[in-house]
Amino acid sequence: MTGVGGGLGLWIVPLAVLGGAVRVSTPFLFVSLGECITERGGRINLGLEGTLVMGAMSGYAVSYLSGSPWLGVLAAGIVGIFMGLLHGAICSLQRVNDIAVGIALMLFGVGLADYLGKPFIQPAAPQLPAINFGWWASSPDVQHALKINELFLVGVALVPLLVWAFRATRWGLILRIVGESADAARALGYPVIPVRIIATCCGGFLAGVGGSFLSLYYPGAWSERISSGQGITAVALVIFARWNPQLCFYAALLFGGAGALGPSLQAVGVHGGYYLLNAAPYILTLLIMIVTCSPKRALVGAPAELSITK
Amino acid sequence: MTEQTISRRRVLGGVALGAGAALGATLPLRPAFAATTIVGFIYVGPHDDFGYNQAHAQGAAAVKKMASVKVLEEENVPEDVAVTKTMESMIEQDAASLLFPTSFGYFNPYILREAPKFPKVRFEHCGGLWTPKDPKNIGSYFGYIFEAQHVNGIVAGFTSKSGKLGFVAAKPIPQVLQNINAFTLGARLINPKATTRVIFTGDWSMPVKEAEAANSLIDQGVDVVTMHVDSPKVVVQTAAKRGASVCGYHCSQAALAPEAYLTGAEWNWTDLYPKFVTMWMKGEPLPNFYRGGFKEGLIKQSPYGPRVSEAARKKADAVKAALTAGKYVIFKGPIHDNTGKIVVASGQELIQSNATDAKLEEMNFLVNGVLGALPS
Repeated sequence: MTGVGGGLGLWIVPLAVLGGAVRVSTPFLFVSLGECITERGGRINLGLEGTLVMGAMSGYAVSYLSGSPWLGVLAAGIVGIFMGLLHGAICSLQRVNDIAVGIALMLFGVGLADYLGKPFIQPAAPQLPAINFGWWASSPDVQHALKINELFLVGVALVPLLVWAFRATRWGLILRIVGESADAARALGYPVIPVRIIATCCGGFLAGVGGSFLSLYYPGAWSERISSGQGITAVALVIFARWNPQLCFYAALLFGGAGALGPSLQAVGVHGGYYLLNAAPYILTLLIMIVTCSPKRALVGAPAELSITK
Repeated sequence: MTEQTISRRRVLGGVALGAGAALGATLPLRPAFAATTIVGFIYVGPHDDFGYNQAHAQGAAAVKKMASVKVLEEENVPEDVAVTKTMESMIEQDAASLLFPTSFGYFNPYILREAPKFPKVRFEHCGGLWTPKDPKNIGSYFGYIFEAQHVNGIVAGFTSKSGKLGFVAAKPIPQVLQNINAFTLGARLINPKATTRVIFTGDWSMPVKEAEAANSLIDQGVDVVTMHVDSPKVVVQTAAKRGASVCGYHCSQAALAPEAYLTGAEWNWTDLYPKFVTMWMKGEPLPNFYRGGFKEGLIKQSPYGPRVSEAARKKADAVKAALTAGKYVIFKGPIHDNTGKIVVASGQELIQSNATDAKLEEMNFLVNGVLGALPS
């Protein structure tokens, strides 16, 4: 480690994992928080992968056409609401399975984004700004790792807000009743289907915003392979996080950091089994699932109305 | 043709053709069948990806400008049975007589299976290894693009202040290793202490991982980055954002990072494709196996960016001129790999124009100066 701007040596690994956790985790965080809202209402929306890609495409397109990345984020959210509305409305029909609809919408969203996004692969759209929290550090690499995008901060702020909303607000209570027992909700006079549709729309909004982060900040370009399955991983994160927004946050960070582990270990010269390292996020999920599972009890915290727990 | 099963598609196609012919005979609108040659291009990704597919699409655009040629294009065709369907519909419904299925994975088994079914159609495939026992109506062509990566390396060796170079690679296959090695050898001609740190992302298009890889390299003090992935856009943009310089690949990414872009290794299909199409239209035989570099005009170098010094330009131009003249061998013994073993013996040369050189086509080592390892 000599000279100005020289490498960070082995320190890069924790730094990259930390930086990667912050950079890569934001889409995971938004999608999983959105799915948390949807699932608390008793439905699973697997279509969020499609919503994420649609959000990435429409956010990029609107940012390019209007010149304002924040307008792009908003547009991505609105597109997400429509995708959520579609899922919510179709699932409200009699004898329609929400998982099957979700898979259909996932394929639909990805396909539609590919089709509509054609003209936007090449142009460069204005990107979201980042706040530099590393101004105190002398090393440009530390500064880089501490550059944090505002959307991540919005996501972080959403976590306690959602925890509080689920626990202490009337809206949160209604959502939980609908998710735990549709019959009880009906007995209390709450409309089950509209609540679920609204919950799915909220989930879609957040997933759309998460998608705009992919195309407007990191990696910061629209291409058809931009998501590489992050949307579907985030849906799994919710189960892993036991439908708890706070745990969703930790899980998203963990996945983001694990994704950064492979490249950063190769950068310091650890090459053994990089295929395995690239698979780190998935191995991690398996391990945690195995450690936390129990044959004696069902999934703790699972809303009772979910089709997977019924 | 001894095909027993006749698919519905074929029947419909035949009926349509018959009806078309009958209609053509009775109406004066008959299209000039013989005069127009129909050429089909098939891409694995979008045609404007700033990368592999864009380079081919530029070649297709050059063919479009030719007289009495009609070009068909289909993009995002996966390397599976989908490409069979695309090829068959181009041949049977659109009467294409010359196909360019451009992605590596189309060759085996899809083209190898289709070629005997349509003996009058020519299949020109990029990157495959045609052998004499394969159908004669297949041609495989490829460029020694590592020559241009070698020139990239020379420019990088001049430009890098830290002597640390970075390479974001998709998979450890021979064509990628040729690029990594040629780049490193080029840089070490200028700065014998230069090293190239390699990160393999695992697949051809992994935007998030490519961005992470570029960031990790730069965190390690790397100040010039290059790559071999399908769409270099993300790596170029990430490196430019971090203040590092970048050498491009596949086609020019200078528009994405005008300041940071040093130079790049580009395909030059805009010369080759019109040449092949002309030969085909004249009825001249096309080569079954075709390789070439600067000398044959299959590759080119992006114009130098503002950060490239006068000395670097001079040296790079000189090497490029020698390569174009066919007087320069990149892999010239003795070459040690990065574990210290000798891989190219003293006096041995892996000559670029020798298409049968297995050691070149099946490269399986990383030269001294590359920091990285191949999976065992």
